[in-house]
Amino acid sequence: MLERVIEIIEEKLGLDDVTITKETSFKDDLGVDSLDLFELVMGLEEEFNVEIPSEELEKLTTVGAVVEYLESKK
Amino acid sequence: MFDSKLLEGKVALVTGASRGIGRSIALSLAKCGSTVLVNYNGSKEAAEDVVKEIESFGGFAEAYGCNVSDYEACKAMTENILGKYNKVDILVNNAGITRDNLIMRMSEKDYDDVLTTNLKGAFNTISNLSRNFLKNKAGKIINISSVSGIIGNAGQANYSASKAGLIGLTKSVARELGSRGICANAVAPGFIETQMTQKVPEDMLKKAEENIVLKHIGQPEDVANAVVFLASKYADYITGQVICVDGGMAM
Repeated sequence: MLERVIEIIEEKLGLDDVTITKETSFKDDLGVDSLDLFELVMGLEEEFNVEIPSEELEKLTTVGAVVEYLESKK
Repeated sequence: MFDSKLLEGKVALVTGASRGIGRSIALSLAKCGSTVLVNYNGSKEAAEDVVKEIESFGGFAEAYGCNVSDYEACKAMTENILGKYNKVDILVNNAGITRDNLIMRMSEKDYDDVLTTNLKGAFNTISNLSRNFLKNKAGKIINISSVSGIIGNAGQANYSASKAGLIGLTKSVARELGSRGICANAVAPGFIETQMTQKVPEDMLKKAEENIVLKHIGQPEDVANAVVFLASKYADYITGQVICVDGGMAM
């Protein structure tokens, strides 16, 4: 799961020269804006066939939080 | 510049497209090769006539009934459209009503109805299609405002408030989505010959005509031309703007 999520993050945000781990923060480490995050969420929703409500979005600040969220929806 | 290939392969949704300016916009977009989804609320026959007319010159169109002021109805309509056509490239928020009266006589309902259809209606479609636009990293949002929203108009406090609101909505959306190649602009028609302006009393119309620099009332096609331009590749570097199609009324 983590690997696939990282792949999607790299693909959607066009990142290939940064190391992404569970602890990586979208805002602090990757500098993504809210539209980037929205695009990423669309990608994740498509891949994992879930719907991530906007209220949840605020809590998903790190890669690990996204993985945990997706795992809880499996 | 405007030929049958200009918008080939594009899908356009035009709200309030069964009559007046919306009808003309639908026909013009279709003439330029776009598939046109003709939204209507109530005037089903008129909308189907627009579809037939588009088909008569080899275009493709389909009518979609929906009250744009109803968020859930809008959501259902856009989901239907995306389910069938996979995308919307051009969104024209044209649906609008008038409930003219002097401010001291304007009822709360008349105010609310106009704001809900004209302004919230545009929010409803943009909101439900923003995901589609972001996914495509392209799109043209065109909101039909009014000269009334720029210079005001006695007897139209509700209408001009809604049309001025559309300009603010347009500019914010332009700023929010611009980094993804999505353009949002407004077109502000002046006095255009439609059923809506037929309701305006003769003496007021005469007076209005005197204030038009070009000294005559406009045609729906005049507005449609600006919309086609904004929807096309020729306007790819234009966003957050208000184009007045008003014969020089608002300067």
